[in-house]
Amino acid sequence: MKYFEDIGIGERTVVGRHAFTADDIKAFAMRFDPQPFHVDEEAAGRSHFGRLVASGWHSAIVWMRLMVDERRRQEDVARSRGEPVVAMGPALGLRDLKWLRPVYVDDTIAYESEVIETRISESRPNLGLLTIRSTGTNQRGELVISFISTTFVERRPVNK
Amino acid sequence: MPKHHWEDFKLGTVTVYGPRLVTREEIIAFASEFDPQPMHLDETAAAATPLGGLAASGWHSCCLLMRIIADGFINGSHSMGAPGVDEVRWLKPLRPGTQVRVRATVLGTRASNSRPEIGFVNFLFEMIDDQDAVVTTLISPLMVRRRDTASQP
Repeated sequence: MKYFEDIGIGERTVVGRHAFTADDIKAFAMRFDPQPFHVDEEAAGRSHFGRLVASGWHSAIVWMRLMVDERRRQEDVARSRGEPVVAMGPALGLRDLKWLRPVYVDDTIAYESEVIETRISESRPNLGLLTIRSTGTNQRGELVISFISTTFVERRPVNK
Repeated sequence: MPKHHWEDFKLGTVTVYGPRLVTREEIIAFASEFDPQPMHLDETAAAATPLGGLAASGWHSCCLLMRIIADGFINGSHSMGAPGVDEVRWLKPLRPGTQVRVRATVLGTRASNSRPEIGFVNFLFEMIDDQDAVVTTLISPLMVRRRDTASQP
């Protein structure tokens, strides 16, 4: 796996894709974002959305789960080759999170992430900070979500 | 109680919503489902990370914040969702057993130029813990329906 020093600006990760079912959308929203247009088809039909839409937090957090799964696959490959497993996270936060279009029932969103900035942490000089832009695109090729996040990543040990 | 319109949100208003207790079980269950990194699942693994011990996923704090404000005022307003979030900062680890509240400050309001039926209310949301320390901040414009001025002279 790549240490901080090995990661370049512009590197992209195909994070994965997820199909949002009605049950999935409603179950998430009942727990965390119970607005009528996320939990009730009839109320959603009367709203400005016109039909049931996923909570924006739902479309964002699916990226996180898929990213963790992708990192695990990379870790497994590294272990099988006897290569080092590089630690990543936690993140410091997010900015410019944009919900560009609604995510409707049965939409499939494909997520990608791209490195846009790298720097050494001032507070923890033994760690690097990776800033990435992540996007989600629906099956019609329309961008539905975009955000920028900054996360810690392990630096290459000096004795290697 | 009638639902709030855009005109009811006033610049500088500060309101606190909650509290809500965040349990260890809830932190692990959320992380298992949405963010299964060891630092959100396991005390020993978490101790070796910058979090220095088990802490909730930052996304969990965002989702809890969303739920607290949905119950607090959004479902009592003519909410039309949000176009996004300008900024989220995870300032302090959210530990098991913390009772959180959300302090909402109206940073600004403006009418939509393109859609006369809605207005934006720009909020600073701060998730605060038992000691009033800020755990997470979130700045976001919410879209709220305006009063029907034609029917209310």
